[in-house]
Amino acid sequence: MLQIGLSHYLTVGAILFTLGVLGIFLNRKNVIIILMAIELILLAININFVAFSFFLHDLVGQIFSMFVLTVAAAEAAIGLAIVVVFHRNRGTIAVEDINQMKG
Amino acid sequence: MIQALVFYMFAGITVASAVMVITARNPVHAVLFLILAFFNAAGLFLLAGAEFLAMVLVVVYVGAVAVLFLFVVMLLDINYLKLREGFLSYLPTGLLVGAILLAELALVVGSWKFAVDAPLSVGSRVPDMALISNTDALGRLIYTDYFYLFQASGLILLVAMIGTILLTLRSRPGVKKQNIAKQNARNKASSVEIRKVPSGGGI
Repeated sequence: MLQIGLSHYLTVGAILFTLGVLGIFLNRKNVIIILMAIELILLAININFVAFSFFLHDLVGQIFSMFVLTVAAAEAAIGLAIVVVFHRNRGTIAVEDINQMKG
Repeated sequence: MIQALVFYMFAGITVASAVMVITARNPVHAVLFLILAFFNAAGLFLLAGAEFLAMVLVVVYVGAVAVLFLFVVMLLDINYLKLREGFLSYLPTGLLVGAILLAELALVVGSWKFAVDAPLSVGSRVPDMALISNTDALGRLIYTDYFYLFQASGLILLVAMIGTILLTLRSRPGVKKQNIAKQNARNKASSVEIRKVPSGGGI
């Protein structure tokens, strides 16, 4: 218990990932919370990368984690921009109202 | 001993604040708990020796992404309580799916071991921390072996920036603004007209 191993980090990552997925399920109407849940999922992935990097003594995991961070930042910026534009045009951000492209 | 306690503190606060992010009634509180989760995840990174990534997490996520979320939540005039309707009706299904996912992940983590030759396939060993800092080692790797990927990630950020500006930029007609270039381009020919006025005739 008091010796922190790889499985401790992986457990934290797994719990965070599950919470992110659960957040998407629970807040199905609010796009902003869904985006936050995606950020939590990406954070869980990063924790896994860093943990493997630490326990395998391999620096490449940290580099990949940095690229994941970059993509996550870009994704958050574009997602929030789309939310703002959608709210400007339609006056709502509820997911069920986003049905203009439905066939 | 101390390290284990610190690990459990960081991990516990991260998980607890992640729970608050997805269940908070007020989205502003959700963003604040997201910031707390990022801070404690940065602590976990520090424990795992990834100092540079921990600092990047604080600077990029807390300083930029979370504040961006905060801006958008406060900017949009939305009745968030209405968006929360149906939270309880999704709860049983969500908990079921979450429990199954967590159980499967626990099975994987519990029964999994490194392959025997996994430590042999290490791409780049972590150098001795006493000789070279984590940031230095990462920089030496990024600017040599992973240079093209580094450039590509810069390109991703550029495209994201242009896309975001393009999406949110709008021209509002009817707003009076000073156009300095137009003012500077005025000359005598375009602004002054000389007319011969016959005496007693008027214009």
